[in-house]
Amino acid sequence: MAIQAQKTTPDKPQPQRATRKDNWWLSPLVFALVFGFFAVWATFRAFQNNYYEVGNYLSPFYAPTIQLSWKIMGFNISPALLILPFPLSFRMTCYYYRKALYRSFAADPVACAVKEPEPLYKLRWKKYTGERVFPFVAMNFHRYAFYAAALFMIMLWIDAIKAFFFEGRLGMGIGSLIFLVNVLLLTLYTFSCHSWRHLIGGGQDCYSCSAMNKTRYGLWAKVSFLNERHGNWAMASLISVLVTDIYVYLLATKVITDIRFF
Amino acid sequence: MADTIILKVYRGDAEGGELHTYEVPKSPHMVVLDAIHHIQRNQEPSLACRWNCKAAKCGSCSAEINGMPRLMCKAQVDDYAGGEIIVTPMHTFPIIKDLVTDVSWNYRVSSKIPPLVPKPEYADKPFNLQQIDVDRVQEFRKCIECFLCQDVCHVLREHQRTDGFFGPRQMVKIASLEMHPMDNLNRREQLKNEGGVGFCNITKCCTEVCPEHIHITDNAIIPLKERVADDYFDPVQGLLRKIGIIKRERKQPLDSVPNEQTKIHRPV
Repeated sequence: MAIQAQKTTPDKPQPQRATRKDNWWLSPLVFALVFGFFAVWATFRAFQNNYYEVGNYLSPFYAPTIQLSWKIMGFNISPALLILPFPLSFRMTCYYYRKALYRSFAADPVACAVKEPEPLYKLRWKKYTGERVFPFVAMNFHRYAFYAAALFMIMLWIDAIKAFFFEGRLGMGIGSLIFLVNVLLLTLYTFSCHSWRHLIGGGQDCYSCSAMNKTRYGLWAKVSFLNERHGNWAMASLISVLVTDIYVYLLATKVITDIRFF
Repeated sequence: MADTIILKVYRGDAEGGELHTYEVPKSPHMVVLDAIHHIQRNQEPSLACRWNCKAAKCGSCSAEINGMPRLMCKAQVDDYAGGEIIVTPMHTFPIIKDLVTDVSWNYRVSSKIPPLVPKPEYADKPFNLQQIDVDRVQEFRKCIECFLCQDVCHVLREHQRTDGFFGPRQMVKIASLEMHPMDNLNRREQLKNEGGVGFCNITKCCTEVCPEHIHITDNAIIPLKERVADDYFDPVQGLLRKIGIIKRERKQPLDSVPNEQTKIHRPV
């Protein structure tokens, strides 16, 4: 016999929303920890202005090589301070990072359907303007950051190839492989960009109208395939840049030595 | 006890309400809507709930289950094993009764979006379309207007900016027209201003809750933002267009469409 539904006494009055019971906090927390560590390490390395080059290995924070002799109040200006704004602007305006940063560092929103923290909510209510006014309106210039990042990719590929040449001869060490993986992940991240997807063909309405547009459709479809995993490439390349720099730092400070295969 | 589930269902109206607890027998492959129907049949005939197809195609039974916007007919009870299931109405919209909310705002906004205006050369002629031209917009046609994306969007939900942002559902609708090869209307001005695409800060919650798995953010909103950037935030492209290096099809402005054409008439 079927069990009948049983109504019990009403609970105390509740607001018209329930709290999510799943681990919604895990993803923003993990991102905050990983990105936070990256930011601290990158800042430390950028100002350190040392231990960034060992033989044919050049840290991505200091690529391309810039010979600087500028000083401010007796301190040497690190070339990384001139280099990092470009890749940093690409990441900060990236559509994937926007989601992750807004969630983890602005709690706007911290997770889907999760109420924003009360102090922030009180501060922001009716003042929310999204990406319509300064400073967040600058997110609309992401394509320019992409152009810079694409130029940097050429230089990073040159550095990755150099990592396979030891004193003028072809060779391979652990570092060479780390540089190769890093540049591959950075390439996947850069060229799976939403702005690139738009520029390569997404902005077109009629793909069958000309041979050029048909070609652009094919390219758009390929970029779209990469774009589906843009967030994965973004995080993987962030970690690979970190690993590559730490590897160069450890080699330069003689904590470890590079294992050469040939 | 293993054969029953505990449901807490919001009962109330615009004046206020409370969660009522029900114990419902569990059956194989049961969905939350089944449990609600069981309560209606056996205990609370007055429990209000909007539903129609029970096949995740009509988009009627939208609600929030344990705080997350979902279709009740698609939410398996087994997914919530080991705990009570809290069912509340969509938070973003005004409540009518129990689990039924007033979603008419969405239709009012939808009526502000002009329908497809064919290019002059195709007017009154059948459209001969290639598959590659409609690949993108076909995805948008899957929308069942359940409004879960509108419910979860924090711009509407937390910041209540219904005055400035059309919401993800309407962005999908605009994208399906803006990317249509036969449409001749310039929709970018509406997108930037009245539509408020700039309010979206890409948190992708709309994509997460879409029961039709439409990539709302990646395939609709971000491409629309890029199109707006083409016109309003790219001085280099603007210059190249001006001196004729980049040629773009000129579409007719939005205000060239007669008001009657943009109005959707519905019975009162």
